[in-house]
Amino acid sequence: MGRYFASRLGQLILTLFIYITLVYFILQAMPGDITQALVFNPRIPQSARAALQHQLGLDAPLVVQYFHYVRNFFTGNLGVSFSHYPRPVWNILAERIPRTLLLFTTSTLLSFYVGYILGRVIAWRRGGFVDYGATVVGVTFWTAFYPLLALILIWLFASELHWLPLNQFISPTLWLDAPVTSNTIFHYMILSLAGAALLLALVYALVPRWVRRPSSRCWVTRGAWVVALAGLVSGWWASGYAALAWDIVSHMVLPVVTLTLISFAGNMLLMRDSMLETTREDYVLAARAKGLPDRVVRDRHAARTALLPVVTSFALSLGSVMGGGLVTETVFSWPGLGQILFDAAIQADYPLATGALAFTGIFVLVAHLVADVLYAWLDPRISVVSSESEAST
Amino acid sequence: MVQVQVQAPLSPAPSGAPVPAVTEPLWKIRWRLLVRGFRQNWEVFRESRIGLIGLGIILFFGLFGAAWPIMMHFVDPNIYNPITGFDPMSMPHPSPPSLRHWLGTDPIGRDILGQLMYSTHREFLIGVLAALITVVIGTLIGTVAGYYGGFTDTFFMRLADIMILFPFIPLLIVVGSFIRMGMFEFAWISGVLGGFGGITIVLKSQALSIKVRSYIDAAKVAGGSDFHIIRAHIIPNVMPLSFLYMMFNVTGTILGEATLSYFGILNIDMSWGMMIHTADSAGYLISFDQYWWLWLPAGLAITLFCAAFYMVGRGLDEVVNPRLRKR
Repeated sequence: MGRYFASRLGQLILTLFIYITLVYFILQAMPGDITQALVFNPRIPQSARAALQHQLGLDAPLVVQYFHYVRNFFTGNLGVSFSHYPRPVWNILAERIPRTLLLFTTSTLLSFYVGYILGRVIAWRRGGFVDYGATVVGVTFWTAFYPLLALILIWLFASELHWLPLNQFISPTLWLDAPVTSNTIFHYMILSLAGAALLLALVYALVPRWVRRPSSRCWVTRGAWVVALAGLVSGWWASGYAALAWDIVSHMVLPVVTLTLISFAGNMLLMRDSMLETTREDYVLAARAKGLPDRVVRDRHAARTALLPVVTSFALSLGSVMGGGLVTETVFSWPGLGQILFDAAIQADYPLATGALAFTGIFVLVAHLVADVLYAWLDPRISVVSSESEAST
Repeated sequence: MVQVQVQAPLSPAPSGAPVPAVTEPLWKIRWRLLVRGFRQNWEVFRESRIGLIGLGIILFFGLFGAAWPIMMHFVDPNIYNPITGFDPMSMPHPSPPSLRHWLGTDPIGRDILGQLMYSTHREFLIGVLAALITVVIGTLIGTVAGYYGGFTDTFFMRLADIMILFPFIPLLIVVGSFIRMGMFEFAWISGVLGGFGGITIVLKSQALSIKVRSYIDAAKVAGGSDFHIIRAHIIPNVMPLSFLYMMFNVTGTILGEATLSYFGILNIDMSWGMMIHTADSAGYLISFDQYWWLWLPAGLAITLFCAAFYMVGRGLDEVVNPRLRKR
């Protein structure tokens, strides 16, 4: 497992390097440079413009500029944003990335879970009404024009029904005399969520070793969920900032729902196809012949194996999910990575656009790595092969 | 899917009579085999209701788009032109649906139905052009990589790995906001970018499974060159799968085009995404229920069009993928 992880990490760094090179040359191929904005200003003579170009290193050969860029990138110097002038790009990105991270992770997990549950149900009832209905609804959302879908959801739930707040990240009136900034609250939210997730992961990893009987395993995991959720709620309640945290959460609901709606169908349809294959396997027949209940055969025997291809394609679809995330963030004015990328592109803010695009790529690459490692962990065949090769070398 | 080439029953000879020499020209036999293979696949395709629905919707859009030039003969082009038209008679704009304008007018007085019909053939053009470029590049690379293996294979597969992870929409937004990107630029850029991506991996594995068949060996023994084998034996056999991916690619391209048009990044005079952009930038999308004709027709058209190609792809999947067939 360690060796597998190391080799994947090596590939990741290589891919990242190629990606950054591509981003650099694509942006370099765009016409004009930064100083072009000054051409129409009569007070700036041509010599001053040339001096500025020299100062910024724009008159150097392309290769030299490229090496400067790579060195700066890997030493964490991304330059200064034009549109948010004195703020360094890195500073802006560091504020934005956690927000995108939370939005992306929540909606991805949710859409994966919904797709998994629905997919195994509709595969089990192939050709029935549920199958056709779920496929048509899923395909409609999957191919829906999602800026419009997002706008319709905003209009319905925020503007007409008033169930949820409109756009943005927070409601400003609530935070006017708050003692802490929204970023602080948000970081503590992420920390507490990560703590709860860690607890659950630990329980899930240790339960099969410690608890023998399947029925009591089920109770232990359920108990862990209750403890984690209760801990989150009571912890925030005790801190006294629950209202502020709830404000951020309620602003997150609509973007997460939209992202889930547009992406669950892909997982669902793939899960269906994959289930249709596994239900023909002999071991499923054997499980049925043993007289196991239909539900157990479906959930415990067929669906477990059918999950693997879904995880693979899930890892491969991360790039397009990120594209959907950008659209969602822009429409919902969720101040994340996607929105800043869009704004920077519109305002011709080259350093910020480059940085945001590069970090979008890094984001996808890291998510891909996580999915890969998860896959190796889920599929015993992969880890067996790697441990065998480790033993032989 | 390979039955087209593999099962080649010759013309049935009446028993007892001497077998006549094949007198028909070769192209006639090929044509008959093609028709038969097509009919067999059609039988399988017909069983999937989803695919048939999709095909029906595509046909509808085809007729809808074809009706536009005909319709323009019967109406005043100054009023009904989708880009420059203006109707002074039905003020104020946007005016709700009426007998003059079946789907109402947009904020600057243009007929919505006309825009919808005018955009249809352009959506077909963008989608099919981009998908065609993707499929041609993907098929060539996939078959060549599968056939030769070795360095070619490794290089293109690693390239595909990177391309899969590329966040295209953000990239196209950045590129589109720095340069003028029109309809055809968008089509070929997204087509080429897609062509090096995941499709090559799928087609390569398909080409690999065909490469080891015995008729490829037979062709080699008979002295066929690499080029001949790839062109005459491998490409026809990966074709159904390419066609399937083409359907899925059309969906992706149209959605991408609509999204970029919606953000006002594409330099395009009229498309379904552009219609929503017009309504949105004029501020009419705040009250959805009041000005429904500004967004509903265009949004529905995008969704239906993309869903139709996707559903045809799903239907074809049941034909192409033998594991999904009902037994």
